[in-house]
Amino acid sequence: MSRRKAVTPPADTPLEREHGIALLHGMLRIRRFEEKAAELYQAGKIRGFLHLYIGEEAVAVGAMGALRPDDAIVATYRDHGHALARGIPAGALMAEMYGKANGCSRGRGGSMHFFDLSRRFFGGYAIVGGGLPIAVGLALADKMRGAAPITACFFGEGAVAEGEFHESLNLARLWQLPVLFLCENNRYAMGTALERSESVTDLRRKAEAYDVAAETVDGMDVAAVEAATRKAVEAVRSGGGPRLVEFETYRFRGHSMADPELYRAREEVELWKQRDPIAAFTGRLRERGMLSDADLESLEAAVAREIDDAVAFAEAGPWEPVEDLAKFVMSD
Amino acid sequence: MTTMTYREALRSALRDALLADERVFLMGEDVGRYGGAFAVSHGLIDEFGPERVRDAPLSESAFVGAGIGAALNGMRPIVEVMTVNFSMLAMDQILNNAATLRYMSGGQLNIPLVVRMATGGGRQLGAQHSHSLEGWYAHIPGITVLSPATVADARGMVLAAIQRPDPVFIFEHATLYPVEDDIDAQSGAVEIEHAAVRRRGKDVTLIGYGASLGKALSASTELAAQGIEADVIDLRVLRPLDMDTVLESVAKTHRALMVDEAWRTGSLAAEVSAQITERGFDYLDWPVARVCGAEVPAPYARHMEDASLPQTPAIVEAVQEMFA
Repeated sequence: MSRRKAVTPPADTPLEREHGIALLHGMLRIRRFEEKAAELYQAGKIRGFLHLYIGEEAVAVGAMGALRPDDAIVATYRDHGHALARGIPAGALMAEMYGKANGCSRGRGGSMHFFDLSRRFFGGYAIVGGGLPIAVGLALADKMRGAAPITACFFGEGAVAEGEFHESLNLARLWQLPVLFLCENNRYAMGTALERSESVTDLRRKAEAYDVAAETVDGMDVAAVEAATRKAVEAVRSGGGPRLVEFETYRFRGHSMADPELYRAREEVELWKQRDPIAAFTGRLRERGMLSDADLESLEAAVAREIDDAVAFAEAGPWEPVEDLAKFVMSD
Repeated sequence: MTTMTYREALRSALRDALLADERVFLMGEDVGRYGGAFAVSHGLIDEFGPERVRDAPLSESAFVGAGIGAALNGMRPIVEVMTVNFSMLAMDQILNNAATLRYMSGGQLNIPLVVRMATGGGRQLGAQHSHSLEGWYAHIPGITVLSPATVADARGMVLAAIQRPDPVFIFEHATLYPVEDDIDAQSGAVEIEHAAVRRRGKDVTLIGYGASLGKALSASTELAAQGIEADVIDLRVLRPLDMDTVLESVAKTHRALMVDEAWRTGSLAAEVSAQITERGFDYLDWPVARVCGAEVPAPYARHMEDASLPQTPAIVEAVQEMFA
């Protein structure tokens, strides 16, 4: 299924029960949030484009867990998972998708443009590759000040075809900036498979061309994602310059809600679903006796309550007054 | 008063900004060791070092984007993009990020970024170094667009821009760099809200900015010899446009002409003309006139380039027609 063997930690990697449950909880929150978002999209409550993170939950949860609150985050238009994993309240995200004034971007961003400065979440970027130069600049500021934070920049494998990817890796390495490039390789840039868009499909080689250390990790394994990210974060934080981690992952849903999925075989999707990061990790916790049926039920119940509350928060939220249409174009 | 060139005025402002605030740094192609493609930052690397006068690779999108990111994270970058034609390579960052992030984030993000670049023709540099695209920038909500036409504004606008919480783009007409004038070397920021009336007259309003201001002023001298006294307005700020100053003048003169190096179609001159008509139709005794760049890619040969740009005789002739 993989084009090459990804790094996977040995089966006996120590895993504390409490931490394992927290990782599972994080992934469940995203899965259920996305399922609810899809439902609300069908119901017409959420409009515009909706890109679901279902199937990729292990990446956001594992990677975000390795970062500190003072680190900066740059995300993509498929940003729900990143935002939830970063700790932005689900209600503020749901309200944003409703276009409400209590949304995390006051109804001006929508699904693709979540922001939360208080959590140093510098936003979802919907021009592929456009977030990378921003991440370089955030890190440049930290480096010039001698500050400790690093910048984590998520992007998809499609961004690798953009000039901004190459310019940014070069600049980050040239100036030895504390940037962690996190590539979510879900194999398709919208409907174009990596093999149909890149002459070299081993993305590590592109990073290596800029002397940026890179590794590939099984993005369906939350513990592997976390372990690899933690290691990369340490290297970046200790002044080693930028790093790149590629996560091999897969989205179980279409590119957006509008995607008829003509470009990939049903069998391929089914094959990847057998590697569902949530099912796999649930099984692992059970095998180790860390998760009972009751534990799982109580997790699901807590997540369901959180999602219900988020929807209620969005439903109850006010609309931004239309008189404020031009507010925030410029500073007052 | 000190005599200095437009180039030296810019440099003195950059130096003062670097001295005044540790968060300020310069970044761009050849701003450091080369001293700037137009020698604006000459010598600054020796005084402030390569961290704060930072040579960037030929990666306009990445270093303009990095300027945005650094501004988001507490710095005050001044980015130089050599010429406006090169800035097309950074348009994604400028339009999709610099101009939108504050709005898209519901007011959470601020981008105190200054981007400077050379613009304009007249130096026989052909069709990839000579255009006047500042009108495209002036189309974009979320940024401020400045065009210093005088030595005093060259200094004062940089000092004003660096104090702004939002992105400011400064367009320096490349023929102005060697122009000299006497200015107060210690002068601070100038206001960047208003157009300026550079000459007073009662018969016609000539509107220009950047290098076009000089041509409008020369035309006004010739016209005065013919008994036509022109108000000459330097727009200075291309976004947001100060139409009040323009309309106040047109209310007095009843005739208006805009000089604009850019292509006529969809130009700033078109915008100014439309706004005069919308808000000042009743003032007008004659249709608003425009003397603009010819709709061709900038040619190399001197005689063709001259013919492609607004020139003083064409301005004089267009005004004469209004009084025929």
